Amino acid sequence: MAPSHDEGAPLGPSYLDAERGLWSWLTTHDHKRIGVMFLAVLLLMFLLGGVFALALRVELLTPGETVMGRLAYNRAFTVHGVVMVWLFLIPSIPASFGNFLLPLMLGARDVAFPRLNLASFYLYVLGAVMTLWGIFQGGVDTGWTFYTPYSTATGRDLLPVLVGVFVVGFSTILTGINFITTVHTMRAPGITWMKVPLFVWALYGTSIIQVLATPVLGMVLVLVALERVAGAGLFDPARGGDPLLYQHLFWFYSHPAVYIMVLPGMGVISETVCAFSRKRPFSYRVIVWSTVGIAFVGFLTWGHHMFVSGQSTFGAGAFSLLSMLVAIFTAMKIFTWLGTLYRGSLWVSTPFAYVLGFIFLLFFGGMSGVAVAVTSADLHWHDTYFVVAHFHFIMVGASLMAFLAALHYWFPKMWGRRYPEGMGIGTAVLIIFGFIATFLPQFLLGNQGMPRRYADYPESFQPLHVASTAGASLLGFGFVIVAIYLGWSLRYGSVAGRNPWGSEGYEWLSDSPPPEFNFHAPPIFPRPPHEYGPPRADGEVDHAA
Amino acid sequence: MSDLLRRILFLPEAASSLAPRVDRLHFFIIITTFIVGAGIGLTGLTFLVRYRRGRVDGPAPAMSAPRWMEAAFAGVPLSFFLLWGALGFEDYVWARTPPREAMDVYVTGKQWMWKFAYPDGPGMVGVLHVPTGTPVRLLLTSRDVIHSFYVPAFRVKMDALPGRYTEVWFEAVRPGRYRVLCAEYCGLDHSRMRAEVVVLEPEAFETWRARQLSEPTWVTSEGAAEEEVLGPLAREGRVVAARQGCLQCHTLDGTPHIGPTWLGLYGREEPLASGGSVRADVAYLTESMMDPLAKVVAGYAPVMPSYHGRLSAADVGALIEFIKSLHPERPEPPPVQEPDYGPLPR
Repeated sequence: MAPSHDEGAPLGPSYLDAERGLWSWLTTHDHKRIGVMFLAVLLLMFLLGGVFALALRVELLTPGETVMGRLAYNRAFTVHGVVMVWLFLIPSIPASFGNFLLPLMLGARDVAFPRLNLASFYLYVLGAVMTLWGIFQGGVDTGWTFYTPYSTATGRDLLPVLVGVFVVGFSTILTGINFITTVHTMRAPGITWMKVPLFVWALYGTSIIQVLATPVLGMVLVLVALERVAGAGLFDPARGGDPLLYQHLFWFYSHPAVYIMVLPGMGVISETVCAFSRKRPFSYRVIVWSTVGIAFVGFLTWGHHMFVSGQSTFGAGAFSLLSMLVAIFTAMKIFTWLGTLYRGSLWVSTPFAYVLGFIFLLFFGGMSGVAVAVTSADLHWHDTYFVVAHFHFIMVGASLMAFLAALHYWFPKMWGRRYPEGMGIGTAVLIIFGFIATFLPQFLLGNQGMPRRYADYPESFQPLHVASTAGASLLGFGFVIVAIYLGWSLRYGSVAGRNPWGSEGYEWLSDSPPPEFNFHAPPIFPRPPHEYGPPRADGEVDHAA
Repeated sequence: MSDLLRRILFLPEAASSLAPRVDRLHFFIIITTFIVGAGIGLTGLTFLVRYRRGRVDGPAPAMSAPRWMEAAFAGVPLSFFLLWGALGFEDYVWARTPPREAMDVYVTGKQWMWKFAYPDGPGMVGVLHVPTGTPVRLLLTSRDVIHSFYVPAFRVKMDALPGRYTEVWFEAVRPGRYRVLCAEYCGLDHSRMRAEVVVLEPEAFETWRARQLSEPTWVTSEGAAEEEVLGPLAREGRVVAARQGCLQCHTLDGTPHIGPTWLGLYGREEPLASGGSVRADVAYLTESMMDPLAKVVAGYAPVMPSYHGRLSAADVGALIEFIKSLHPERPEPPPVQEPDYGPLPR
């Protein structure tokens, strides 16, 4: 049953208009406003990381020194990695779209702990500022992984960065706790566990990983700091430490962290696939249980980052086997999304273009992940550009495509306006093509034997680097266009109406943009999510399901 | 067939006994991936064309996957993945188990060079000589941070860790020169931490080795002729250099090491880290022994300890005489450059 008023004219002011002024934003407890603030800062971080990515690609255009020296290059890839991983990808979808949508999708007025939610935003900003300050004043050159003993031996001061990432980790944990509590306690009457929207399931799985894994990251960062400041000798063999201990602890967090980045993206895709096929998911159950499966098995695979590090042969075999299991869940999702398209009523829109790109790229990212989890093949691929291409397929191809899909799909929901659709589709095609042109050559570079994190390289690697840099410039151009037309649409886009996509997602039952407390009347949701009836002639939805 | 695939996939030549095994699995993985990937792409495109909104009238029927299909979604990829994993693990165990009769070489990674040493003495920086058809076991360690010994043509990679030994083995199948790279980020010159493996036919290797054993490792040129060229003071200087450990950081064959090479050093104009330059004359060489950090040559870390009080005046004189005697035989040693990876001329 839809909230009991007519579509069209909103009953009250939207969350954007409920209060005015900068101060009202900075002190808000409204999850929607916090989500929007997160989104703004995240986009800034993405811009920063992206600028450095392009700088790296330009440097790699020719062997030897092109635009920066080796030290500058090492610092630049550290900035790119730290900003993209810690400050953009890990918080990206949960902190922005998750915050905005999770209560809406559950029929709640807000998240369970609104003040904590605001605190997590400020912790994130504080951590980000510290990290960036540390990076830029000290010139950190360790890469985003901070491997010991390099990170404890290098002369540059890493401490502000370690503390900054530590603080960002707290923000992640708080968001996770908030989401878990919200899902458990604040579902509207009628939303049983098996009626929870798929995006919420994905956020739920993500939150579990965040809450369980992030403390390990915090611990390992503290240990590195102790090693640097007090000479604790935990990782230094000269003092009886173990240089591999760091890698075990680090990947125990950072492998699951990959799913922190990817699972929310998968949730976005599950939502949008249904909306643009006008079909219910081919198997709701498979998507839910594979989400839970990924959240669980993801913890058991960290050793596949260490096949050539000197860990035991048997251990490598065990981690290889466990890594195969985690790939299955992704395969199940891909088949289910394809099944959802089958005999659907497919609306080729911008989000849908990103969805198709996502499925295709996630497939190759996932399969190359399985490939590097094959122990013998990893002897050749480990730490080469093959791995670089693989994780960019996952993190950019999947996380970022999903982020863009979400940005477009929920744009009318968040702002009440639409963006130019033709422009959107064209840019989506450009971005997907640019992406493939950037990272496909990197797979081949890895095959050829080009190790990662090289400021300089033998000449034989050059042609593929040139191809990759050309692709990267297309990709960068694509993002600029997106920024321009979305920025324009914020102000001048046509008014969207409540549900421009004719979606059956619960969040569309509220106004667009939603009012301050999400619903004017307590919502009741008797039908399962994503339950699509026949499309009506006017493209609007028949809510009387 | 596999050569063609190797070319298409940009794999380097397969120059070890491990390489064809790794490549075979690689091809299997890539081909299955591409077949399934094409299947998914085509399915998606077909659906996109066939079921485009407006093209098909009427509602989208509600459909749910039958149970068997859900099982197949998990089962089919799982069986493929497990097969890959099992095949790969078999090769991996093989690659991690050096044969008993393997020849040992000690490898030390250091910012930013690879040092090789054989158990019976000869050792060198940047070049590893091995025979074809013989398993070679490398015992790796590192003097500072983590490095990773990587020979793309052999499909071999293993981390070198400070404070412990790791091992890896390979058997080269063709004579030639193969690139060694460092695959684990190790600081400023990570991307320049290169070396090469020179693979020789067994007889050629034996000849090379015999020569290495009969001569002190740091004598560069052929034969004993040079021995007579050295005056008594220079010979004394050589002994001092060995005793004081100078040669752990300075080479005599033109290879830059932790410190500048001594070959042709005397009288050379050296650029300084602090800018400017200095001529390596008696005064500068003496100063550098006593106060090494005063004028550090550009490109080298300021790591040399002072020998003040450890070298007598006679030692200093002998050392300088020895350094003076080290003129390059040929006009100029070839600059360090990208090795040539073709097969060696026989």
